[in-house]
Amino acid sequence: MDVRTDVGGRDWRTGARTSRGRSLLGALMLAAAALAALAGCARQPAFKLQSINGLLPALKFNLTDDDGRPVTAQDYRGDVVLLYFGYTHCPDVCPATLAMLSQALKGLGASASKVRVLFVSVDPQRDTTALLKRYAGYFGPQFIGLRGDDDTLTRLAKRYRISYHRDPPDQYGNYAVEHSSAVFVFDQKGRARLLTGESDPPATVTQDLSRLIASN
Amino acid sequence: MGLATSIASFIPYLAPWEFSPTVALVCAATAALYIRGLAALRQRGVRAGFWRPFSFLLGLVLIYGSLQTYFDFLSQHMFWVHRLQHLVLHHLAPFLMIVAAPGPILRQGIPAAWRGAEQGLWHRSAVRPVLKLLQNPWVAGFLFVGLVYFWLIPAIHFGAMLDADRYRLMNWSMAVDGVFFWWLMLTPRSAQGAAAVAYGPRLTVLVVTGFLQLFLGAFIVMDKGILYGVYGICGRAWAISPLVDQQVGGCLTWIPPAMMSLLGVLVVIHHALHDSEPSTALAGPVTAPAMMPAAVRAAAPAAVAAQ
Repeated sequence: MDVRTDVGGRDWRTGARTSRGRSLLGALMLAAAALAALAGCARQPAFKLQSINGLLPALKFNLTDDDGRPVTAQDYRGDVVLLYFGYTHCPDVCPATLAMLSQALKGLGASASKVRVLFVSVDPQRDTTALLKRYAGYFGPQFIGLRGDDDTLTRLAKRYRISYHRDPPDQYGNYAVEHSSAVFVFDQKGRARLLTGESDPPATVTQDLSRLIASN
Repeated sequence: MGLATSIASFIPYLAPWEFSPTVALVCAATAALYIRGLAALRQRGVRAGFWRPFSFLLGLVLIYGSLQTYFDFLSQHMFWVHRLQHLVLHHLAPFLMIVAAPGPILRQGIPAAWRGAEQGLWHRSAVRPVLKLLQNPWVAGFLFVGLVYFWLIPAIHFGAMLDADRYRLMNWSMAVDGVFFWWLMLTPRSAQGAAAVAYGPRLTVLVVTGFLQLFLGAFIVMDKGILYGVYGICGRAWAISPLVDQQVGGCLTWIPPAMMSLLGVLVVIHHALHDSEPSTALAGPVTAPAMMPAAVRAAAPAAVAAQ
């Protein structure tokens, strides 16, 4: 096609689409298709919980579970994972948070089996494997206690930007551990997605978890 | 023994919480450049004295220390420590560095082979318009306050404290903008080259930016709700009421930056009185008398008399 006859992608004499016009049209349609695809992604179900999409790194750790087996994040791929840091001697926040999660999972019915709650101890000195198993099991079959040494724990804390701090022991050797209150929700591919905590209503958590399970 | 043990127990806290090769490299390179420059000048019989190098290097150490020690951990987990970190990065450290008029000394420190490239850089067609825009005192003032406001928008702050990349970007933006802003405000006019900012607009920008930061700090202190929940989510470094944390942080956003603006005003007034003759100060190629603050001071009465 002679360039001089090509006006606005059409041959100025015949009005037929020139090759330039066709490729332009094609590019436009491609762009439109890409936009529609993007909009499709954006039309994912809206979550009520705080999103942490893209803010935190994917789930990754090397710990020991409450059966004494070494485990990694890979062992939980395919399940929605709720990651929570706490300790069994925790007087208030941990039991309240875990009870809330337990109630939220009950609301899920059968699909609760697609969720794992990983309770990482920030007090491995007192939280033995046996104690963790008993404690986690109390909240439901999906609850798993995990522990690791201080180095592993520090690395994990840095990765998820949480802090924990052991207070000095009292005269009976009892001590409290200050720690984060967040429950990080990871999807089946291990990507950080949502944030929840003690103060969220269990029904909201149930709703968002079922959406997350359904979206994959 | 007590002292040695307590010093030894302090050492782990000096290790970086999250090591950043970029921060380490930039700080080391700047220090090397400055010390090379000092040595080169000394060889020519020019002495910079004690306070100027002290002030510059102290500022540099403060920047490094606030980013690459245990202090950074505390900044991530306590709102008021975070505000203190930004006070150092955006105000205190750059102020200390720039008030020492390090330009001529740093330039002397550049290896001879690179000096031409450095001169050329500022005249590149891609660099010049950007530089010119940034050197507009109102643009610089807007950036200076705008960045403080921006990172303190609760939703933005939430992301910055969780995402490691955004966190680094936030701290870099504070340090780089701090150095640039105070350079524009506190460098004698004669040492700023063609795009020098007059003292009048500088004073206005300093006062306006001072007040704008004052409003933000006061707002944070007065607010009765928790604006920055992310510290509770991630866990504070030690037990402290969230509201107290917020109020102390607000005070650090409110009062010290305003004080720094006031100090800046004093420095600018000093320059306005003492630097009216472009030839008297630290401009252009370094000459021995220009390097000496005493010489600048000696020239000042003559300059004032000439007005």
